[in-house]
Amino acid sequence: MRTELDAAYSGRTLAARAATAASCIAVAIALVPLLAILLYVAQRGLGALSWSFFTSLPKPVGEGGGGMANAIVGTLELVGLASLIGIPIGIAAGLFLAEYRTTLLARVGRFSADVLAGVPSIIVGIVVYAVVVVRMQRFSTLAGALALAVLMLPLVARTTDELARTVPDSLREAALALGASRWRIAIHVVLRTASPGIRAGCMLAVARVCGETAPLLFTAFNNRFWNESVLDPTSSLQVQIFTYTMSPYDDWHAQAWAAALVLVAIVVVLNLVARRVLRGPRAA
Amino acid sequence: MSTRSTPPPPSVPPPGVEKMRADRLSAWFGQKRALKDITLPLVEHKVTAVIGPSGCGKSTFIRCLNRMHEVVPGARTDGQVLLDGKSIFARDVDPVRVRRRVGMVFQKPNPFPAMSVRDNVLAGLRLSGITPADPSRLAEEVLRQAALWDDVKDALDLPGGALSGGQQQRLCIARCLALEPEVVLMDEPCSSLDPAATAKIEELIHELRERYTIVIVTHSMQQAARVSDYTAFFNVGELVEYDHADVIFTKPSDPRTEDYITGRFG
Repeated sequence: MRTELDAAYSGRTLAARAATAASCIAVAIALVPLLAILLYVAQRGLGALSWSFFTSLPKPVGEGGGGMANAIVGTLELVGLASLIGIPIGIAAGLFLAEYRTTLLARVGRFSADVLAGVPSIIVGIVVYAVVVVRMQRFSTLAGALALAVLMLPLVARTTDELARTVPDSLREAALALGASRWRIAIHVVLRTASPGIRAGCMLAVARVCGETAPLLFTAFNNRFWNESVLDPTSSLQVQIFTYTMSPYDDWHAQAWAAALVLVAIVVVLNLVARRVLRGPRAA
Repeated sequence: MSTRSTPPPPSVPPPGVEKMRADRLSAWFGQKRALKDITLPLVEHKVTAVIGPSGCGKSTFIRCLNRMHEVVPGARTDGQVLLDGKSIFARDVDPVRVRRRVGMVFQKPNPFPAMSVRDNVLAGLRLSGITPADPSRLAEEVLRQAALWDDVKDALDLPGGALSGGQQQRLCIARCLALEPEVVLMDEPCSSLDPAATAKIEELIHELRERYTIVIVTHSMQQAARVSDYTAFFNVGELVEYDHADVIFTKPSDPRTEDYITGRFG
């Protein structure tokens, strides 16, 4: 009897160990590409990184040196503007999806957001090109930011929706019994309760569009100089990486690696901030 | 309904001012009828306890009194609820106004976890878009009324969820009192609390009676006997008996009441 049980247990223990080992290996395999990217980009990019990379404009072909100051600022400007447009609308839409979840509009909205999240970013770029760039007859920072905002919208809206729905109904009921209206409950109770997670979700959406290149190619286009207003085309790290990599010049290739390193650094920092934000207020 | 020949349920004429009155009140969840023709006066500055077995409609009943019942999808009511003689179901009455005059404390303490103790107390005002003139004084005053001030005076900035269960429930009572309601509805306020915390809430109910009209739903007959002036016994959606608490618990006139309070069913 006893030995039978022992045998059964040792068999299970063995199986459990094997499963644990297998999942550890799977995690390791998943980490390989990430580490490879970070190491390779750092290795290739660090060499080309210099102070002037951050402070000067690109030099014409043949002249050495030069930097991507305008592209760094351009990327921050594009992403910042896109966030200003995409995050408030996304959060408002997500709150609606959660608070009026049973209405037809919410169901249609949730489905549309899921579809929009799956639309390839280059298609978003083409549509913004057709609707904004062609109408305004110019490439512009604004058009690029709009394309990025459209990409952020479903991410922010669905994150907000999911997190708002984890807020227990007992809190909504409590607020209702205190004589609060639906929209005040949505903002003061639901949004406030879910806000750490929503903030983190927004940061991840920002990080996600930081790397988007395709929708910028024919919206924000590129600019060898500083853009003077949001109605001018702008340079961005993403498009610079693309352009410089496609060129036949070795020093441009090196600069593209440096730009890649800066871009990866921005994304990593945003992810770290998102994590901190997610953990922060709860621990305090 | 007029075709039914049920006699009007027994109800004792209240000595004192009638603050609220349910008048042939019925309530449904979809097709299911949860309350049948309840007629029940509630006396000002008294504690009325509603007792009865699970599913007898007692929670539904008090949720009708501040129009929280209608929030449930598919829920509806028929009949009247009067507050100071005026129907709260009238077309021109805003449910938000009713809920401010008739406050509610729920079964499970539900302070807002993302708000501090102080903000929880003031939440009702802020949620109505009102900024109190002197928030800290109001918070102190209300917390004292809820017998919570001494426990939390050094913890006003902690999140509401950091308090113990009993303190959370008193915080919810304070949050309700901050709106200066006239009637306070309590839906099994002690069911998730230990005996010590329960005793504190019961003591509090005694004190609050001076200023408010209180309706409390409870599973515990001992609690009803301890805290209430009047007791209503509900069974399967009907009001079986309504009388002074001591009458209900010593010589009830309906055999069903007697069976219930002596523990023969329910």
